[in-house]
Amino acid sequence: MSDPKIEGYTFKPGFKGMAQDTGSDQTMFKGVHWGKAMMWIFLLSDTFIFSCFLISYMKGRGSTLIDWPNPSEVFGLHVFGVEVPLLLIAIMTFVLITSSGTMALAVKYGYEKNRKMCGWLILATAVGGLIFVGMQAFEWSKLIHEGVRPWENPFGAPQFGSFFFMITGFHGTHVSIGVIFLFIYAYKTFKGHYDEGKRGWFTTMKGDYVEVEILGLYWHFVDLVWVFIFAFFYLW
Amino acid sequence: MSEDFNDNKTIQAQSSETISGGGSGLSPDIDYVRPAEIPEQDLYHGHSFITKWVFCQDAKVIGVQYFLLATFTGIIGLILSWLMRLQLGFPGLAGFMTAEHYYQFVTMHGMIMVVYFLTALFLGGFGNYLIPLMVGARDMVFPYLNMVSFWSFFVAVGVLLASFFVPGGPTGAGWTLYPPQTILEGTPGHGMGILLMCISLVLFVAGFTMGGLNYLITVLQARTRGMTLMRMPLTVWGIFTATVLAMLAFPALLVGALMMTLDNVLGTSFFMPTILKAGEVLEYSGGSPILFQHLFWFFGHPEVYIVALPAFGIISDLISVHSRKNIFGYRMMVWAIVGIGALSFFVWAHHMYVSGMNPWFGFFFATTTLIIAVPTAMKVYNWILTLWRGNIRMNVVMLWCLGFIVTFVNGGITGIFLGNVSVDVPLSDTYFVIAHFHMVMGIAPLMVIMGAVYHWFPLVSGKFLDEKLGKWHFWLTFLGAYSIYFPMHYLGFIGVPRRYFEMYDSPYMTSAVGMNEFISLAAFLVGAAQFILIYNIIRTLKIGKPAGHNPWKANSLEWLTPTVPPEHGNWGERLPVVHRWPYDFSVPGVKEDFVTQTTAPSEIAGSKVEKT
Repeated sequence: MSDPKIEGYTFKPGFKGMAQDTGSDQTMFKGVHWGKAMMWIFLLSDTFIFSCFLISYMKGRGSTLIDWPNPSEVFGLHVFGVEVPLLLIAIMTFVLITSSGTMALAVKYGYEKNRKMCGWLILATAVGGLIFVGMQAFEWSKLIHEGVRPWENPFGAPQFGSFFFMITGFHGTHVSIGVIFLFIYAYKTFKGHYDEGKRGWFTTMKGDYVEVEILGLYWHFVDLVWVFIFAFFYLW
Repeated sequence: MSEDFNDNKTIQAQSSETISGGGSGLSPDIDYVRPAEIPEQDLYHGHSFITKWVFCQDAKVIGVQYFLLATFTGIIGLILSWLMRLQLGFPGLAGFMTAEHYYQFVTMHGMIMVVYFLTALFLGGFGNYLIPLMVGARDMVFPYLNMVSFWSFFVAVGVLLASFFVPGGPTGAGWTLYPPQTILEGTPGHGMGILLMCISLVLFVAGFTMGGLNYLITVLQARTRGMTLMRMPLTVWGIFTATVLAMLAFPALLVGALMMTLDNVLGTSFFMPTILKAGEVLEYSGGSPILFQHLFWFFGHPEVYIVALPAFGIISDLISVHSRKNIFGYRMMVWAIVGIGALSFFVWAHHMYVSGMNPWFGFFFATTTLIIAVPTAMKVYNWILTLWRGNIRMNVVMLWCLGFIVTFVNGGITGIFLGNVSVDVPLSDTYFVIAHFHMVMGIAPLMVIMGAVYHWFPLVSGKFLDEKLGKWHFWLTFLGAYSIYFPMHYLGFIGVPRRYFEMYDSPYMTSAVGMNEFISLAAFLVGAAQFILIYNIIRTLKIGKPAGHNPWKANSLEWLTPTVPPEHGNWGERLPVVHRWPYDFSVPGVKEDFVTQTTAPSEIAGSKVEKT
């Protein structure tokens, strides 16, 4: 990473540089796009939301008197006559992490102004997200079919159903919102809105490839949160 | 569409511009300010009534919209408090008042005043109006998002007020909304009322997040040339830090509200333990009511400082301007604000001493709570030292400032009582607590709001509010508020319990009845006195004395716009260039008693302070 060129400003390395940037005028994060800074702070706030959810889950699971269901049985899949624990989740996680990779490549091609590659990779990311949401819907319907409800659960503590549906639902909503935006951004990329600086539909601000990176930040965050949910729900 | 935007040619590029010294013999280098890093902001200028005044993207208009809607909601909160006081002072006088109504009014009064009035007014109102002007930006960085933020708040208020009209009425669970009683039959508004309350809170948090991102990025990334963080007015520091707190605290409220909604609608048991109702076991089991209390107060305590920190910041600026002295210990003030903000995340369980907790846990939270008194006391000393030997203007703004210091110290001292577990436990359920938090986070911030209104009204409208009416308003409010809350401390000590609809035949009735009547009469008076301000504003808008540019002779940027009131884009063709902090008052060697932030060092050559 190289520092941006700013007239009349010399960057310093390390902690001294951080202090100098903080003490300087105009901007604290030199050369960082407003939207990008905003997304970072939004994600910090969103981290607190998911932390509250997960801490509540830990409290709920830790204090229940009825046994918590065994995740490798509940989330197991019966394939070709064999019980495979966590098969679906493994695939879901793989798909989502892969979509993070395509997103990172889309950002790279975006900054290289490679419109086609960028567009296709955003589309690939969107499809990955869509597959993830689809598989989650399958998992939900399987659990509901087996009798798990937000208010009850045949395998043990009723809080299992409550927390599972609430937290994966909240995360799934994040993924779905991301997928919608990915499709919109793919459309805008193919249409060349970011090359021409065409104004946005609602915000009336000029388009720029930095928007792809901002959406990318959101997408990586959603993936990272999934890793935590995966660890806390499926591996604990 | 392009005609809606600034044509880039009309705005001159400001790179490599320096202001040359006016033949002072000093090197022009001392006036050097780094060239602009960020390109001119692209602004959408509204043309129609709808884009200019309704769905407006100008932060100043959005600020006024927030202010008006928050004030409207606040007046509803005020009327609810009147009804409560009517019942407490003169039980049975209002025939329609049942216990259910009383609890609904308590709940709505609390929630409205804390969230929809004070938070929205300080951050949405003052934040939007003042941040871009004070840091020298043309607007908030995301004007569209800012507009959506206000309209989310609008819908949130609409949903909240709609709960008055649904079957069962608004929720009556107390503003803390503690489960399990919140959603159990027997609590007023246990179905629709609490549902609408939760939805409204979620909308408020969503809307606030959009606004909050704007405030933070505008402060961090959109300051004008020469404006360093340590040259910002304390108002901006207060609002900025409060916004950081809000961004980290509101998530807990959001999660609590969502889980409560699921418990209410889907029958989950996040917060609901096994409950027997009339010998019958309800469907809930295994949830933890204490979990909600933790979530609520992890939001609730920073919320106190979300209200208090902007108030601290604003009052510092008002005191400095109106006593013509620099704020004492600017850096100490900044670090105190930041320190209070950080500490506020480690004290939440002091609201839960009576919920039952491990004594070590209580000990920890008592310690952190008392530590907050240190930076707070530093601020109070600094305000007083700013006043010390200042050239004090005894106008209405200064009166509100002095009123604030007195009420805040008063409320803060009772806070030290309540921060200790062993003192809190007997006092917790009494009027002592009511007196404490109304003094410290009701009346004190309100004094700041009033001072700020009298101070900045000439900027917003170009006209002075009437001083005589202002003095009536102040004295009635100040003395009246003391008449309300000072006796409540005593009521608390003799053990009158709070939250009670009436005192029935308890022995407290005899000793407290006269005092309750007196408090109620004072409350009616104070409430009515607020309408003096509304009358004053309407009158001023019609026949007020024109204020002109910088009427208070202040230094900060908001007074230095080319037009008063400032137009969209704030600064005309050129952004201001900042050379100093906003507190250069009464500088030795300078003719005027103030040096504005845009004054170049060479213009005041030979003075004691050339560059700060």
